[in-house]
Amino acid sequence: MGKLLLATVAVILAPIVGGLIAGLDRKITARLQSRYGPPILQPFYDVFKLLGKSPMTMNPWQILSVWVYLISSALTVFLFFMGSDLLLIFFVMTIGAVFFVMGALSTHSPYAQIGAQRELVTMLTYEPLIILVFVAIAMVTGSFKVSDAFGLSKPLLYQLPLMFIVLGYALTIKLRKSPFDISACHHAHQEIVRGVLTEYSGPQLAMIEIAHWYDVIFVLGLCALFWTTSFWGCVILLAVTYFAELLIDNVTARMNYKWMLKTVWGWGLALSVLNLLWLYAG
Amino acid sequence: MLKDWINKGRLKSPWIVHFDCGSCNGCDIEVLACLTPIYDVERFGIINIGDPKHADVLLVTGTVNHRNKHVLKNIYDQMPSPKAVIAMGACGLSGGVFREAYNVVGGVDKVIPVDVYVRGCPPKPEAIIDGVVLALEKVKALLEAAG
Repeated sequence: MGKLLLATVAVILAPIVGGLIAGLDRKITARLQSRYGPPILQPFYDVFKLLGKSPMTMNPWQILSVWVYLISSALTVFLFFMGSDLLLIFFVMTIGAVFFVMGALSTHSPYAQIGAQRELVTMLTYEPLIILVFVAIAMVTGSFKVSDAFGLSKPLLYQLPLMFIVLGYALTIKLRKSPFDISACHHAHQEIVRGVLTEYSGPQLAMIEIAHWYDVIFVLGLCALFWTTSFWGCVILLAVTYFAELLIDNVTARMNYKWMLKTVWGWGLALSVLNLLWLYAG
Repeated sequence: MLKDWINKGRLKSPWIVHFDCGSCNGCDIEVLACLTPIYDVERFGIINIGDPKHADVLLVTGTVNHRNKHVLKNIYDQMPSPKAVIAMGACGLSGGVFREAYNVVGGVDKVIPVDVYVRGCPPKPEAIIDGVVLALEKVKALLEAAG
């Protein structure tokens, strides 16, 4: 019962915290570029404005896709705070991501099509790595349950330092940060006119933004699994990780998908195998 | 309450799509200057976005002619309401020095309704920011009139 309550509260609070993180993200990014930056609440202003715009959809399939994406993102957060199975959470997350792409593919816009193809490649890149991270967690804790990871006596990071870097790769891709922001970018670069988001507008775009906030909370939750023994340790780990993401976002340029596949799979698989071997031997 | 928040958002996050109707690039450089650290329009929530479907404000520079007026109209129609239009520079306002040319329509307002005119050849970045603020005040007045 306590778990259910916690998960429900988490689902309600996640968009608020996610929005604040997005606001901080934009503020810190602006400061790194020696600008003043928008107010912290700016993402909320954007979303409320988008909710108030007149709907302009290409076809009903888009609306369905957006709803599935939003609900599955909220469900991943719900399942995570329920202490549920990591693999189940992974499948729910994937369904959301696939529907997000399907919505873009259902339109005729070439920009949306290119964005959707690129989004599929990014999914292909980060999903094996996330699965490997889950396998590594399961090797340490003995089960795929989130609740078991929270019951550990010493931080997972001691045993899985390389896996944390692998998760960092997946995190950068999932958060759409440079150099992996090839399908759509947070900062409205115009190369493919926001790619996969091109044909979404108004309320639909607002819902995608909210779903993205849920995703951010979920991936930060995954990072939190690596330091579950103390609250402050966890907070510091998350803050450092997110700041590192911002720094990487600001000092790197966008790369093409072949480079992304080569680098992320190359380094990600190498680091994963090393860490798994070490676990197996030790 | 939700309506209040939406109205607040409308005033605080004008996303701009910038369309160049064959301008000399003077106005366009000034628009881009607004994004630099000196002027930093993002502190007002203004983002220069590439997609008319996400945009709230259409910023038009350059001379409208019989070729590109269809494109201009198309971009305007693709923007979901509520939306505002800002015409920029002497060419956008009236056709400028090209006013008498055979192919020039003469001013953005001949094709789509314009809310704010920003004069200059080219206008200063301060004037452009001022124009966006004026457009927002117009939106605010509309919102208040609608209750």
